Amino acid sequence: MDVEVRNIHKTFGKVHANNNISLTVKSGEVQGILGENGAGKSTLMKILSGFISLDAGSILLDGKEVNIASPADSVKLGIGMLHQDPLDFPPFKVLDNLILGSHEGMIPNRKKVRQEFIELQKQFDFSISPDAYIDSLSVGERQQLEIIRLLWLGAEVLILDEPTTGISAAQKLQLFAMVRKLSEQGKAILFVSHKLEEVGALCTQVAVFRQGMNVGQMRPPFDNDKLVEMMFGKILTRSDKKCCAQENVNIEVSDLKIDDARLPIKNVNFCIQKGEVIGLAGMEGSGQGLLLRALAGIIRPTGGHLWLHEENGSKRDYVGKHYFDFKNEGISFLPADRLDEGLIAGLDLKEHFILAEKQNGFFVDTKAALQLTEKRIKDFNIKGTAENKVESLSGGNQQRAELALLRQPLRLLLLDHPTRGLDIESTLYIWSKLKQRCSEGASIFFVSSDLDEILQYSDRILVFFGGKVSKPLDANGVSVDQLGQLIGGRGWE
Amino acid sequence: MDKDKTKNPNQNSFLMHILTNRASSMTLAVILALLFTSLLVWIMKVNPISVFDTILSGAFGSTNNFTQVIQAWVPLVLASLGLMFTFTAGLWNIGMEGQIVMGSIFSYGIIRIFDGSDVSSALVIILCILAGIIGGAIWALLVGLLKNFGGVNEIFGGLGFNFIADAIMLFLVYGPWKPEGVANGSTKMLETRFWLPQVEGTYLSLWALGIAIVSVIVVTVILQGTYFGLKLKAVGKNNKSSFLLGIHTNRYMLLAFVLCGVLAGLTGALQVTGFNHVLRNNISGGYGYIGLMVGMLANIQPLITAPIAFIFIALSKGAAGLGIDLKLDSNLAGVIQGALVIFVLIMDGVRKVLNKRNKGVQSG
Repeated sequence: MDVEVRNIHKTFGKVHANNNISLTVKSGEVQGILGENGAGKSTLMKILSGFISLDAGSILLDGKEVNIASPADSVKLGIGMLHQDPLDFPPFKVLDNLILGSHEGMIPNRKKVRQEFIELQKQFDFSISPDAYIDSLSVGERQQLEIIRLLWLGAEVLILDEPTTGISAAQKLQLFAMVRKLSEQGKAILFVSHKLEEVGALCTQVAVFRQGMNVGQMRPPFDNDKLVEMMFGKILTRSDKKCCAQENVNIEVSDLKIDDARLPIKNVNFCIQKGEVIGLAGMEGSGQGLLLRALAGIIRPTGGHLWLHEENGSKRDYVGKHYFDFKNEGISFLPADRLDEGLIAGLDLKEHFILAEKQNGFFVDTKAALQLTEKRIKDFNIKGTAENKVESLSGGNQQRAELALLRQPLRLLLLDHPTRGLDIESTLYIWSKLKQRCSEGASIFFVSSDLDEILQYSDRILVFFGGKVSKPLDANGVSVDQLGQLIGGRGWE
Repeated sequence: MDKDKTKNPNQNSFLMHILTNRASSMTLAVILALLFTSLLVWIMKVNPISVFDTILSGAFGSTNNFTQVIQAWVPLVLASLGLMFTFTAGLWNIGMEGQIVMGSIFSYGIIRIFDGSDVSSALVIILCILAGIIGGAIWALLVGLLKNFGGVNEIFGGLGFNFIADAIMLFLVYGPWKPEGVANGSTKMLETRFWLPQVEGTYLSLWALGIAIVSVIVVTVILQGTYFGLKLKAVGKNNKSSFLLGIHTNRYMLLAFVLCGVLAGLTGALQVTGFNHVLRNNISGGYGYIGLMVGMLANIQPLITAPIAFIFIALSKGAAGLGIDLKLDSNLAGVIQGALVIFVLIMDGVRKVLNKRNKGVQSG
């Protein structure tokens, strides 16, 4: 099915999220849509899938103008959207979840649905049990299920909104293979992303959005520099990899043991040097998060030692100490879900800075706090004011704020998906700030599901698989392929 | 850019403006609550105007009526202020009533000890108020401890302790503390020297009034100007983030309970020494529950509790005459208060939804 949008406008209050956007995607095309956060990509996709209504403009399917007033309308017309977070019902079984979205009769024909589900899966080499409970599936599997469901509902146009966030490398390959197959079958596919590599690997044409406008189209071969320039209106350069690791040991982990009902971890041994960056690779939920939280003092290990080394050669064991003791030693944790366990929705930036600084007397000195906040906002290039509530900031600015809240000096910084959901500019900025911390002697320990990020920024890499932790691998001597094997569970003795 | 084509029609609408502006949407809520009550009254074939007229003159019609309103404002504003602490920390202290009761029991207990002695009455009154504060604080602390260490939701804990406090009260006034000869749910009257001084010919104590006004200021300063207040707010908004930022969240939640209990105890003590001059069943007067409504309406702003508590009390006191003049139940005041709370919450919800929709979800 061909999709065409003409002169789409959508405003939210003062923000012109879609400004006169026109775009044509023919049957069989994989249309990439690039743009940084807030460029208007998701807005257009939500208009197409009926989640929000357009202010002006028209949508044409196979040349015929259609009116999409709700998600149900869009499904009926053959448009299926895969959302960033899967829209499924975790307590349901796979089959029930499928049936829930169909409109055929009062009493579902389970046998028929099961058969159809299995056949669809076979096409794409997926292997999800129709009787599994959704909450037992991984993010990647839930995504596969959702795509199957959309196809089963008769989708001819598929919208994939940042589909590679949070899935493993292997699942990404499967997803890409599936997309290619679907385009061969004549489906029109809209692939929304801010990752150039993915768009380059998959798309037959690319449109770049900036500030609500479609600023240009390109067909392969893609000129990455040109695309970046179109996205940001300027050229960004990646900083060269620079190693700040020093000889001195900062923290020594020996025989660490973490009891977890689902995923016990034991026999973890390694040292973190001063100024070093260690990346934690592995499928989500393979134990990285547990180790990160144990090193932060949030989870209490059940055995082993965490030695904090001092300049003079002495060392102290921190296993079993309170989280606040860890914090006082300059060990800080930045979570992946920033508004859940990092920032406090409902408080403004100024109030956050007051809370993060040392308490000075009984009464708050609002004036001094305001000055400090404004300085930090400038230093960290945060788009917002001291009186902005944190939830009103974009993801990238929330992450900048979190970095700005960190105390001086730092011994160890633990980051869970530090750049998840951020655009390229914010990602580069965040890492430049992190590297600055390294040069001041702090060590960084971070979890990411983006292998490129891990290879780009780590000095050494720990790979996790089902609670097992690899020896630290030198990031310069390992390839994406090797890592992929380890993450997938191969190459472990 | 062709801006005219994409004008957001919402922004021009007058109604939209009223609904999304805080002050005007609250005014609208009050009007709706009054209309709603008028409708109810009208169904009962009474002229709504005469109802509001009766309430107004009942509250402000004479000096006597007005001093009664002021006198009753004191315990309500104190109770509401106490709840500011727990509301700020994100807690529902339903146990306020029981904490007021325990405050009054403790303060009466102290006075009993000095009954007939020749200790200076000023000292006894001060001790009595302090004892009330301690009683209220202990009762609140128990709820907090049960929540922190026993995992018992403060709503259930508070409710439970309310019943226990009532039981203790009944035991005392019908048992060891009952006046000789009679058992009418009340102790014997305090010696007048243990009364807070009152304005000639009224029940109004300027001392109690002064304590209430000072409390409004102190609570406002604590919650809006100190580290303690900010940390409490942080804990209330997001416990997990606050902990990770380095705040002792459990400690702050307990402190919120204790401070709430302090004001509850103060309320109880003033009920004994400042107004009732006896210990009796139902001495808490329901102020703990009405305080919850006041606190919600005030949106956790301590300064605003003062006028709102005043309106609530004026309604209650003013409605006392309804039965006599219009053959209506004086509980109509409760209906108006309830309608106010519900309409304010509804309009607040509407305002938030509209604002969110206008702002849009910033997506990328």
